[in-house]
Amino acid sequence: MCGMTITEKILARASNRERVTAGDVVFASVDKVMVHDVSGPGVMMVLRELERKGKRVERVWDPDRVWIAEDHFVPAVDKIAAENIITLERMSERFGIKKHFRYGLGQYGICHTLSHEEAMVLPGEVYVGGDSHTNTTGALGCFATGMGHTDIAYVLIHGKIWFRVPETLLFRLEGHIPPYIMAKDIILKIIGDNGTDVANYKAMQFAGSAVAEMPMDERFTLTNMTTEAGAKNGIIEPDERTIAYVKERTDRPFKALKGDDDAEYEEVFTYEVDELEPIVAKPYSPANIAYARELNSVEIDRAYIGSCTGAKYTDLLEAARILKGRKAKVRLEVLPASQSIYMKALKDGLLSIFLEAGAVIGPPTCGACCGAHMGVLAKDEVCVSTTNRNFPGRMGHVESKTYLASPKVVAASAVTGRITDPRDVADG
Amino acid sequence: MMKGRVHKYARDNIDTDVIIPGPYLKIMDHNELAKHAMEGIDREFVKKVKKGDFILAGRNFGCGSSREHAPIALSYAGISAVLALSFARIFYRNAVDGAYLLPIEIGEDAYNGIEDGDELEIDIERNEVRNISKGKVYAMRPFPPLIKRIVDAGGLFNYTPE
Ligand code: SF4
Repeated sequence: MCGMTITEKILARASNRERVTAGDVVFASVDKVMVHDVSGPGVMMVLRELERKGKRVERVWDPDRVWIAEDHFVPAVDKIAAENIITLERMSERFGIKKHFRYGLGQYGICHTLSHEEAMVLPGEVYVGGDSHTNTTGALGCFATGMGHTDIAYVLIHGKIWFRVPETLLFRLEGHIPPYIMAKDIILKIIGDNGTDVANYKAMQFAGSAVAEMPMDERFTLTNMTTEAGAKNGIIEPDERTIAYVKERTDRPFKALKGDDDAEYEEVFTYEVDELEPIVAKPYSPANIAYARELNSVEIDRAYIGSCTGAKYTDLLEAARILKGRKAKVRLEVLPASQSIYMKALKDGLLSIFLEAGAVIGPPTCGACCGAHMGVLAKDEVCVSTTNRNFPGRMGHVESKTYLASPKVVAASAVTGRITDPRDVADG
Repeated sequence: MMKGRVHKYARDNIDTDVIIPGPYLKIMDHNELAKHAMEGIDREFVKKVKKGDFILAGRNFGCGSSREHAPIALSYAGISAVLALSFARIFYRNAVDGAYLLPIEIGEDAYNGIEDGDELEIDIERNEVRNISKGKVYAMRPFPPLIKRIVDAGGLFNYTPE
């Protein structure tokens, strides 16, 4: 009998079993659950429906394991969004949920950034969130997956949910990362080579020397976009860097798990990162990739640096390195992923670099990443963006065009007004 | 047994942004959401769909976000089942756990053989999709045991784990 992967080990622990194997269906205990201003009101709707059927929900299974983010439509974009925020307020009050990050009240931001910045989730845990990019947090070595609001409501009441234990695809990223390459290029390459459903129902695990040398922020970009490959979860086994990152943020105890040496992977993919070139995903799929240099004739109208994928501190820093002392030729929008990243960028002088380049700086919010507000695109507008999806209409009009790229490529493109390889602007 | 007409979208990766575009996510009223179903791909959809109808599509239907708004919008627009070569995972579990509609996995034969507007009958006990308009019968992929139990119970909240 072969060993277990880290994903199998976490699910075995959470379902009180000696071992689980890919394909098993388990009811697992959940350690943490998150809702935001879209999924939270959705959950409350499910609870109201239950109430209508005579089952009033008085309490959630463990209010200390539930946390709330306000990110998609904040600052409240209109009356409906404002009401949804009030619904969230009522929700945390009614159930005694203390970890509620409110905009305009100190630290708040995009849920998948807070999850690790604030150590809301710890290595070895089972974490479900009412958002598809919940996968992001798996870079801490936890099982993290997104669900809809019926499932989340079920978890809130019962503290458990069913999972089919996923097969694991292992991506070995070997070699050293060249200075012009970011995790975004690597994950776009993986999705482009293998398709947007390569990991459907499966786990995507990353390992290898290139992962070991990545800062945590970069690792979160890898796991974030496993969602674009259909994955149930993205995961990276915790190493010293992971443990240090978590310990800097919390005193709470945790038990980091790793897979067995003889764990079984459904397939192993190996990438030599030294050979990679900056990559861009063209409209209308994250798998529709080309080299940035091949797209140098594509003129852009907008450059967008935002979202859980591309507005972490490292993302802002890399973009600022290129923008320093330069002017953007096209509209440039920068939305830090959280208030604390915003403040750090302020203290470290990154915000002045962006402002001097001509950028507008927005508040932490999902904003135009999901076409909600803050820089949505008009018909035929072309945007190069650090976000993760470029489906028709994702960032605005169905006939707008989004090119997905790393913060370096977005910054270089902002400078030239065309899609640009960072090597083609000095210091890139 | 379900019976209805099929709306065929012969393409892969029909994502949640085209099923129900992002700006509508703040809407919590199901009937209101239904007015915008499939807006990103077919503005005529809500006018032509009738209660009980089906959608037929290619691979990876419902990929993208975890928005339960997607199966809700389709369901309240009248769709009782989506037939596809494969489904994205969150759409699949939302559809089943919330009991909005049935995600039916079919093979290439059914995908190619069924045309837009055909009248179908779906029998999840015998795992059959019957094309009444063309007099053909196709196999559907049986639901895994747990999924079938949740479907039979009428959603996750009505299901008691054994
Ligand atoms: S930033 Fe974009 S991808 Fe991330 S949670 Fe918000 S809408 Fe989703």
